Amino acid sequence: MHSKVTNHADAAIQFNLDEPRVDWHDKTLWFIREKRDLASHALPEWEQLREYASQIKNNVLSNLSQYLQEFEKNAIANGVIVHWAADAAEHNQIVHEILKKHKVDRMVKSKSMLTEECGLNEHLEHNGIEVIDTDLGERIVQLAKEPPSHIVLPCIHWKKEEIGELFHEHLGTDKGASDPKYLTAAAREHLRETFLTRRVALTGVNFAVAETGEFVVSTNEGNADMGAHLADVHIACMGIEKIIPKQQHLSVFLRLLARSATGQPITTYSSHFKKPQPHQEMHLVLVDNGRSVQLGKEDFRNSLKCIRCAACMNTCPVYRRSGGHSYHNAVAGPIGSILTPNFDMRVNKDLPFASTLCGSCSNVCPVKIDIHDQLYKWRQVLMKEGLGPTTKNASMKMMGWVLSKPALYDISGKAARWVLKNTPFVVSNGMNPWFKQREMPAPPKESFKEWYKKNRKN
Amino acid sequence: MRVALFIPCYVDQFYPNVAIATLELLEKHGCKVTYPLKQTCCGQPMANSGYEHEAEGCSQLFAENFAGYDYIVCPSGSCTLHIKHHLHTEKNAPEEAHIRKTVYELCEFMVDVLKVDDIKASFPHKVGMHQSCHGQRGLHLSQMSELNAEPFSKPGSLLAMVKDVELIKLDRIDECCGFGGTFCVAEEAVSAKMGKDRVADHVRHEAEYITGADMSCLMHMEGILKRQNSKTKIIHIAEILNGIDN
Repeated sequence: MHSKVTNHADAAIQFNLDEPRVDWHDKTLWFIREKRDLASHALPEWEQLREYASQIKNNVLSNLSQYLQEFEKNAIANGVIVHWAADAAEHNQIVHEILKKHKVDRMVKSKSMLTEECGLNEHLEHNGIEVIDTDLGERIVQLAKEPPSHIVLPCIHWKKEEIGELFHEHLGTDKGASDPKYLTAAAREHLRETFLTRRVALTGVNFAVAETGEFVVSTNEGNADMGAHLADVHIACMGIEKIIPKQQHLSVFLRLLARSATGQPITTYSSHFKKPQPHQEMHLVLVDNGRSVQLGKEDFRNSLKCIRCAACMNTCPVYRRSGGHSYHNAVAGPIGSILTPNFDMRVNKDLPFASTLCGSCSNVCPVKIDIHDQLYKWRQVLMKEGLGPTTKNASMKMMGWVLSKPALYDISGKAARWVLKNTPFVVSNGMNPWFKQREMPAPPKESFKEWYKKNRKN
Repeated sequence: MRVALFIPCYVDQFYPNVAIATLELLEKHGCKVTYPLKQTCCGQPMANSGYEHEAEGCSQLFAENFAGYDYIVCPSGSCTLHIKHHLHTEKNAPEEAHIRKTVYELCEFMVDVLKVDDIKASFPHKVGMHQSCHGQRGLHLSQMSELNAEPFSKPGSLLAMVKDVELIKLDRIDECCGFGGTFCVAEEAVSAKMGKDRVADHVRHEAEYITGADMSCLMHMEGILKRQNSKTKIIHIAEILNGIDN
């Protein structure tokens, strides 16, 4: 489901029209950030774990082709059918072909941000195939015909009363019911029937182990297992960066993932899939979709270390106050803002600017991606590409020129102070975005430089 | 010890008292301070907006103005960080590396270089401490709440030497205020909301003053406080440390 939003700042204005709701959204996500703090601060070795994870992923990125080939070889030996997709279209086509081969027009899918990135649901629906998302949050946004707003908590922007309404309409629950237990039970019943009647199940992949050819899927609801175990065909889709070299490295990543994502010590289900069950077919689709291009960019390659925990979203003060949809991509928040310009600079040129560069994202990142530094670097790339608005290009040029000339700077400063003092209406009006919700600084009678010249000698 | 005083452009123009307090404070602690008169701006507004290439003139001017000192001291974590990380001109003169190495934010200079252990000032008020992100997460002026590491605070340790200051507790000790340079106008809705939320945390805990090591954050929060007709005021940490009659 693709977003209709095209610009973060505009979407953020809309989001902020309902201030109590912004407060609620902010507090909900901050609660998860606090849970993450409690869980991570309880481990004395936390920072060491982050460093291990970062180094393991650096090693993976430097030897990616080798690990991918090792993984493929082992997976094939285990009886898995391996496919390679260069881009989203090829990925969607591969999945569609598998479904066609099995003459299937219905499928269950557990959470996979990669398939969101590739627009798989739309592609399949366009071709007459019904996809039921089985992650509860994803099912909710699917019923509401919306994209997820968060990669771990897809419907975090929905209140339980609203979900009650939605379920009443789609699942026939009692009108006005908002008890989470009751609603979850209704969803469970609805999904149980679906699980039992679908022959194909698609899952994502959290970690793919090169040395064994196995892959690990982490869910809290067990929906990936339910789907994969009951279906005749299991399709798992993964970005090529999901590789880790050895099984023992899971002891680092599984400890980091759940604590970073939700503050849990471990995800409820960490399921290892290695070989198909008898009479079952297991497919793995390895997807590039721009990743090898990103790998070739020195400043941005380590964004591929991401394990999709969403800690950077929960901690981001901008994300909490603008909502996931304002990032108009499957992966929102700070990490989305450094990944998506790689797909399309023009379409995503606003995202690296949707940040104060506060740096909290880099500090919570379990694999130590320098997210805020990359936001800064993307800004340079985008403006050098000429993607800035003409007015901004001109004003920055002018500013750079004035500020490099001491005499001009002195005169301009004096003029600005004169305006603030004598004709404040020139700046204190609706045309000035600063003034909408903030007063201008009071102009002093002289600048520091003027004071200094009177009071000190160089 | 020859110290060059680096005053951010907006402090020079709109908050001269902060610059005067910084100068006097350094002089009191034995520094021979010079304010290079041809300084303007560090270039950060252009660079953070993606226009590093339009900040070349600023960078060159900065390198000329600040060459040849033992230390460069600035009452702003953000501007200091910009120089430390991004002062690279096309000339790439050897002075630039020296500047990047010897530029200090005021609090870290007082703690790490001057090793100040006595401050003759009193400020009998309830004060909320605002951590500017660039000072804290960029220059490590204080420990960061995200990390599992020992707490410390350079500005906090200086304030602790001031008589009668009562530091209030905050619900979120180091959340960004939302200023963010040109972000404050480009993303006005989120910026103002972040500012309102940050200010509310201080007001809720009965701060009479919000202080910090970055005037830009304080300017943003001052704008919001004034719009709300709040009694809570802002004050730069240099003014408290220098001793001010209130």
